[in-house]
Order: sequence, then structure tokens, then C-alpha cells
Amino acid sequence: MDAQSLTYLFVGLSFSLYIGIAIWARVGSTREFYVAGAGVHPVLNGMATAADWMSAASFISMAGLIAFLGYDGSVYLMGWTGGYVLLALLLAPYLRKYGKFTVPEFIGERYYSDAARLVAVLCLIFISFTYVAGQMRGVGIVFSRFLEVDIEHGVIIGMAIVFIYAVLGGMKGITYTQVAQYCVMIFAYTVPAIFISLLITGNPVPQFGLGAEVADGSGLTVLEKLDSALIELGFTAYTDGSKSTIDVFAITAALMVGTAGLPHVIVRFFTVPKVSDARISAGWALVFIALLYTTAPAVGAFARLNFIDQVNETSYADTPQWFKNWENLGLIAWRDKNGDGIVQYRAGKPFEGKPAFDGENTTGNRGENGERMLENPTTASANEVYVDRDIMVLANPEIAKLPGWVIALVAAGGLAAALSTAAGLLLVISSAVSHDMLKKTWMPNISDAQELRAARIAAALAIGIAGYLGINPPGFVAQVVAFAFGLAASSLFPAILMGIFSKKMNKEGAIAGMLSGLAFTLAYIVYFKFVSPETNSADHWWFGISPEGIGMIGMCLNFAVAFVVDRFTPAPPAHVQALVDNIRVPAGAKSAHHH
Amino acid sequence: MSDNNSGTPEDGGNDRAAYWKANLKLLAKLLAVWFVVSFGFGILLVDWFNQFQFFGFKLGFWFAQQGSIYVFVALIFIYAFRMRRLDREFGVED
Repeated sequence: MDAQSLTYLFVGLSFSLYIGIAIWARVGSTREFYVAGAGVHPVLNGMATAADWMSAASFISMAGLIAFLGYDGSVYLMGWTGGYVLLALLLAPYLRKYGKFTVPEFIGERYYSDAARLVAVLCLIFISFTYVAGQMRGVGIVFSRFLEVDIEHGVIIGMAIVFIYAVLGGMKGITYTQVAQYCVMIFAYTVPAIFISLLITGNPVPQFGLGAEVADGSGLTVLEKLDSALIELGFTAYTDGSKSTIDVFAITAALMVGTAGLPHVIVRFFTVPKVSDARISAGWALVFIALLYTTAPAVGAFARLNFIDQVNETSYADTPQWFKNWENLGLIAWRDKNGDGIVQYRAGKPFEGKPAFDGENTTGNRGENGERMLENPTTASANEVYVDRDIMVLANPEIAKLPGWVIALVAAGGLAAALSTAAGLLLVISSAVSHDMLKKTWMPNISDAQELRAARIAAALAIGIAGYLGINPPGFVAQVVAFAFGLAASSLFPAILMGIFSKKMNKEGAIAGMLSGLAFTLAYIVYFKFVSPETNSADHWWFGISPEGIGMIGMCLNFAVAFVVDRFTPAPPAHVQALVDNIRVPAGAKSAHHH
Repeated sequence: MSDNNSGTPEDGGNDRAAYWKANLKLLAKLLAVWFVVSFGFGILLVDWFNQFQFFGFKLGFWFAQQGSIYVFVALIFIYAFRMRRLDREFGVED
């Protein structure tokens, strides 16, 4: 069978597995719909959390980002794993003890205020939709590249699958499909990584291969070879960064705190039976995440090495098929600046902006070597190649000339990553609407069955909106991802943390803190990303901190404002202080757990 | 009414306060390690650590892209086990 039919087979098989699980895991109550009846085994919850967390960005984009950023890519590796330490130590056990359904619910009750709950709902919906749009784009990319389906049809198929298991099975259906998706995803990620590590270094473990000698007789290690190749082409060394230390620090901090504050991740820890399970489950989650996250830097480095090897100083006619395939999709572009018909890969931009091709792929203008012609204004740099960082993981098996079934596996894995995260996000959106907005605020008298119906309708609507965003991606999807983490770091995380660790923090302080953290972070990002993108450089940033890292300052501002306001306003009522005392000890968590 | 007595009747307020204090102490230790391996070794001191070689890696680079993640995993498990013991000691397990 060729790669195409294998891909159909693998994707088809994995999809039927997800649907089978959905039918098995149908739910009948809101408790099952929101938190899977709080009966999920901690190891399985760890796996589900890993799938929930590792999105299309982790699976598809991260290794590519690291490949092109080198040391600077460490911000993602540390940022997106270090957050779990904060989650496990500072949030998860106490929120599990609290024992209800949603993050806004905790904030609303702890700060005895509908306003606080609605601010939290607002943050949650904004964060989650930002995130889900990226997932749907990932689904679209995988479908269009591997299955030669239009992006629209790909997104619709993806929506249909998520619809079935999220609407039928709620959190329970999502949890068990996520467990399956994790297995598909990690297998799909590590198999090509092992192959490539073997090919390049002879060491089958990518984590060791990254430090091993290249098996080409040069006696250089992978990183040494990469460093010297990149310096020769005018880049900075792979193991050195070009970001400033303060910016690396701030971005890492914002990503860590943001990760710990993401509602769809936090809510996963509501689904285990006990407080001690929540702690250990976070450890398992990070084990499963670390499997992929420690492989990613190896995949990135190998991919960059292979890319230089196969593309640089090769005549266009001799470039490998994958180079032309991705050019046809518009994610690679080449402009023969010096007219020698040979591809030169150097530091610097090949031309201004994203590639604007002269006509469509099949009918457009082709240059004398057969390359797609570009309309972008040229640059002085000697670099002739544009490459979208997102393609590295997907192209990797082809770059390393791996067999067709590995390519098919990667396609199924990419879809698993995107769908599992999308489902988790859609669930927190729907529960915020049906539980926090309807049941807790506007329609307190609805019955459990009515609330469940509302949750299902909200999930269906959210899927529709997410699909729309996937088909008509706002041009700024990549840029707004910084929002999700920055906003989670500057709004939700401090509010929850103070709610647990400060008995005296009151509603005035918490609301003022959330709003000022949110407003500051939002304003900074919007200013540099949209209002005045031409000034988005270190010279203009405050303290040299980029919009990606500003969530750290937003968080500090949130804490500062909250404590100042708290000092001048009345202490929280006795029953709220008693609630804080109660969530600090595990005893009694089971009583909230009925089967 | 004392807030500290809001739990089950048999455990006194003092025990709860001591339990919470022990928890905070453990948190402080573990978070210090968390900060040192990532922000310390992987970012602030990365250049200094990079002068050492470690299994083919520059050591600072290894901490930033591999080592810190392994330490994070260990920290969570240590916390989970130590807290389980603490829960039992104070009779507050769930």
C-alpha cells in the first residue's frame, strides 16, 4: 500500500476507536458530563491530561520552533513543563478538595461574588477560543497535506468526530478518548524520532542521540556539527540564543504560570477520586508529557541538520520530493536570487513577509527551474529559502526517507493531538456557559437534566464556532497564542493561588487584581501585535520583555493590586475563611464523591 | 468561632496549623529546586554551565532542554509521597 492509502487506513482506524469509546462512555448526569463522576484512575487521568495539554502546537509546531530557535526554544520546553510543578504543588490538590465542577465556580464561591465568577468566565472563554482556533488549523493542515482533502472538509470531519464524543460523553467520553489519543500520539511521535536518531547517530534513544556523535566519521557530536554548520551559514550557534536573558526568563515564567492557569488543564484534576490522587496524577501527567518534550529537542536538531544537508547548495531540480510538495502547499518557497538554479540557505529573510505566490499552485507562474514565482519584495540577504516552521515534524519522516507507514502514523498522531486538545477546550467552554453562567448566575432553578441539555447545546455551539475559526482562520492565530498564556498567567492563576494561600484575600482585591492584570497584559500585547507592530522589538519593549513574556509582569501587577486593595477593604466573611481552611486539608474529599 | 476548627471535630486547630506549616515548608524547598534548575541553571547561569561537557551536551544547554524537565517530574513525585506521609501523620488523609 502507498503512503496515501495507509494514511486513510490509520486515520480511519483511530477515528473509529474514538467513536467506539464515545458510545461506551455516554453520560446521564451533569456530574459525569463535567468531571467524569470524579472516578478516573490517577494514571489514566495523567495520560488524559497529557493528551489534553499537548496540542497541535506541541505535536506539530514545537520541534520545528526549536529547530529554528536552538537554545531560545528552551523557553517552550521549560515553560510548558515547569507549569506542572506549580499546578501539582500549588493548585490541583486544593481545587480537587474543593470538589466542584469548574474554575469560575471556585473563583465565584471563594470570592463570594457573581462579578468575580463572570470575570473568570470571560477570561476562560477568551483563552479557550484562542487556543481552539489553533487546533482546528492543525486539523486542516494535516488533512490537506496527507489526505489531499480540502482544509474545509478536513475541519468538518474533525468537528464531526469531536461533536460525537464531546456531546455524547462529556468529560467521561473525552477522558477515555484522550487516553487513546495519547497512545496514538506518543507512538506517532517517538517512532520516527527513534528511526532518525538511529540514522544520524546510531543511538536509538533520541534523548541520548542529541548528545551523541554523528555517524558520518567526522567525530563531531550532533550539536557541534549543527553549531559549526549554522555559523558557517551566518546564523548564531544552535546552542547559543539570540534572545536576551531577561526575555528568555520572562517568557519561560509567563508560559509556566500560564500553563498552571489554563482552565482546561486544571479541570482535569477535578476528575480523580481523592486529593492525594490529584497530586500523583499531576506527576503522571508530567511523565507522559516529558516523554514527548524531551524527544522534541532531538527531533528539532536532527530535522535542522537534515534540512541543511538535503537542501543547501542543491540544484532546485535535484531537491527532494518533500521540498516540492510543501512548496505546492505554500509552506516552503524559493527565489533564485543569484540565478544559478541552486538553492542557497543562509541566515536572514529571503524576501519580505510571508510568500505571496504569483497564481495558484497548479495554474500559477513557474520560474525557469520549475519553482513557484513570488511577488514579495526581495531582500539584500543571500538567503533564498522560506520555510514555515510548522512543517518540520510532519515533513520529518519524508526528510529522513522513512517508510510510508511512519508518515501515515504521524498524520494520525497530529490529528489525535489536535482533536484531544480541542475536545478538552470545548468542554470547559460549554461548562462555563451551562454551569457558571446559566445555573450559577442567571437560571439557578433549572434541573440537572435541563442543565445537562444546556451543556450539550453549548458544546455543540462551541464546536460550530471553533470549526468556523478553523475554516476561516483569523490571520492572527499564531500571534494570539501569546494571549492565551499571558492572560491565564495574569488573571486566573493569581486569583486561584491567593484564594488558597491567603485566607484574608477579599473579593475587592481579587477582582481588581484580575482586571488590572488582564487589562495591562491585553493592552501590551495588542499594542505590539496589532496597533504598532513595526515597533515590536527589544528597543521599544518595557524592560526588554516581549509580548510573549509580558504575562509575568501582568501577574506581578495582579498580585500587587490585589494586596493593596485588600488592605483597604473589609476582610472576607467567616464562612469563606472557613472554606479556605477546609480546602487546605485533604480529609473529607470523598464525601463530595458519590457514585 | 475559630476558623481552624471547621474540619472534623477530632482534630484540633493547632494540628491543622502545624500541618499547613509543614506543607508550606515542603513547598518552599521544592519550589526553590524548581527555580534553581530552570531559571538558575538553564537561563541565568547558562553561560557559566556551558563550559562543562555532559554526555556530549554543554551542561547549561542540557539543563535548559532536558535536565530541568527530569527534575520537574521528580519534584512532583517527591511532593506527592511526602504529602501522603504528612497526611497520615496528622490524620487528615482522604
